[in-house]
Amino acid sequence: MSYMFKNADQLLKLCKKLKKPLSEIVIRYEMEVADSSRKEVMDKMRKVVAVMKEAINGGIYEPKKSLSGMSGGGAGKLMKYFQKKKGRTYLNELAIRAMTYAIATGETNACMGRIAAFPTAGGSGVIPGVIMAIKEIDKLSEDKVLRGLFTAAGIGIIIAENATLSAAAAGCQAEVGAANACAAAAAVEMRGGKPEQAMTAAAMAMKSALGLACDPLGGLVEVPCIKRNALGTQHALGAADLALSGIVSYIPFDEVVEAMWNIGKLMSPKIRETALGGLAVTPTGMRIRAKLGLPALKKSHLLE
Amino acid sequence: MPTTYSVFDIAGPIMVGPSSSHTAGAVKIGQLARAIYDSTPEKVVFQLHGSFGTVTKGHATDRALLAGIMKFKTSDPRIKDAFKEAKKRHIEYEFQVVDLGPKFHPNTVRVILQKGDKTMSITGSSIGGGNVMICQVNNFDVDIRAMAGKYKSIIVSHESSNRSLEELTAYLIKKGHHIANVQTSKINSHAMSIVNIVKKHLTLNEVLALEQIPGIEFVRSLTKLAH
Repeated sequence: MSYMFKNADQLLKLCKKLKKPLSEIVIRYEMEVADSSRKEVMDKMRKVVAVMKEAINGGIYEPKKSLSGMSGGGAGKLMKYFQKKKGRTYLNELAIRAMTYAIATGETNACMGRIAAFPTAGGSGVIPGVIMAIKEIDKLSEDKVLRGLFTAAGIGIIIAENATLSAAAAGCQAEVGAANACAAAAAVEMRGGKPEQAMTAAAMAMKSALGLACDPLGGLVEVPCIKRNALGTQHALGAADLALSGIVSYIPFDEVVEAMWNIGKLMSPKIRETALGGLAVTPTGMRIRAKLGLPALKKSHLLE
Repeated sequence: MPTTYSVFDIAGPIMVGPSSSHTAGAVKIGQLARAIYDSTPEKVVFQLHGSFGTVTKGHATDRALLAGIMKFKTSDPRIKDAFKEAKKRHIEYEFQVVDLGPKFHPNTVRVILQKGDKTMSITGSSIGGGNVMICQVNNFDVDIRAMAGKYKSIIVSHESSNRSLEELTAYLIKKGHHIANVQTSKINSHAMSIVNIVKKHLTLNEVLALEQIPGIEFVRSLTKLAH
């Protein structure tokens, strides 16, 4: 039989028919698409995990300033803060670790270090942040981590098929927003939630990011991207808790993706990765433009 | 056209930062342009359109495109030093900011490769998450997606009568290839076709045999791109 799916509805039907979690259908989908064995597919994902770990460790333990000087060293700072506070942080250990790893990944990326662009480089912190933090706190096996990543990829496939994963086409909602949805579904499955609950979590996480502009300072994947990834992990974890409690998304995931795409089409190109709107044109953004040698913008530019 | 995503189009590519569209995608467009041109150019002109033109420097899009022309992978740490590496290889390069018009995706580049009297232009778009498509070869509209999907693409430049293409497909079938689909774009008496085949790659001998068919100018076989 075929395990191909193009949207959430088709994916959930396959889960129901076979009484399997999302990850299992996505693994079989990939075996079919790439004409590969289960072992080949799993080994390929193991490489992704290795790169994720390397990027996290590099970001925390070998902090570097980025070329622009805007980022670097944040992950280590957050980790030390948590250790010092001995449990008296607002967020619990899992949540803080998720943010730490997301920042570490973003900081590695900003220094032209190696990362897995899952689902894109701009949104690459959320998924490793959430999944690695859950793995450590819940003491999960490698298999559970791989399954979380396949579930996340399944959500990404649905978004890519029916909308876009490009901030140049639909703003940050299509990158960090998409990553939040991927991570939320993975978090539900990793705690034993049902496929419908995972999809609900993806819908809620995506809904909270709708309309998000892509407005990076100087066009660099640093500000606000890195911290947006960190806080994105909290959307994902929060959405997972909501879904696991039995709350249902009133709007199904496929329709949320449709909404994300139509909002993307309504967005001005100025807030779609061109660094011509939003935070990118604040006084601080203008200073960075000048520092990078980008042409100066007049105030009237925003009204055009 | 095949738009089936692999899990690893989403969970990847494994790449050197900072941007999947502007760095990794740019490397892939460079790799594809190099593969279609089929030799190391002496000079490359990159015409940057849309956000490829505005945010080039910070994303190292320029270095990434050049790295692709030199066949570097998206995870190659030498991308940082692409300008130096190009000098070593005696490749001249130039970047121009242009407006190719509204028909093109905001992340698009036209790559013009030159060596002696052999010039070719390849236009590619980075469509998100490091996925790219080639949308023009020498001004012929095409749709070649470099995804880890089911198909292998063959690019055929031929005269616009269908005879040469028919002979080519007949040869492929005889050699046991399965043709998924064919798309042809014509300008005057000339045409460019993309033939997508399933599973098996063309061998070098098969490519050479296809180029012997009357009316066929060249044949390029694209394999899956490496990360």
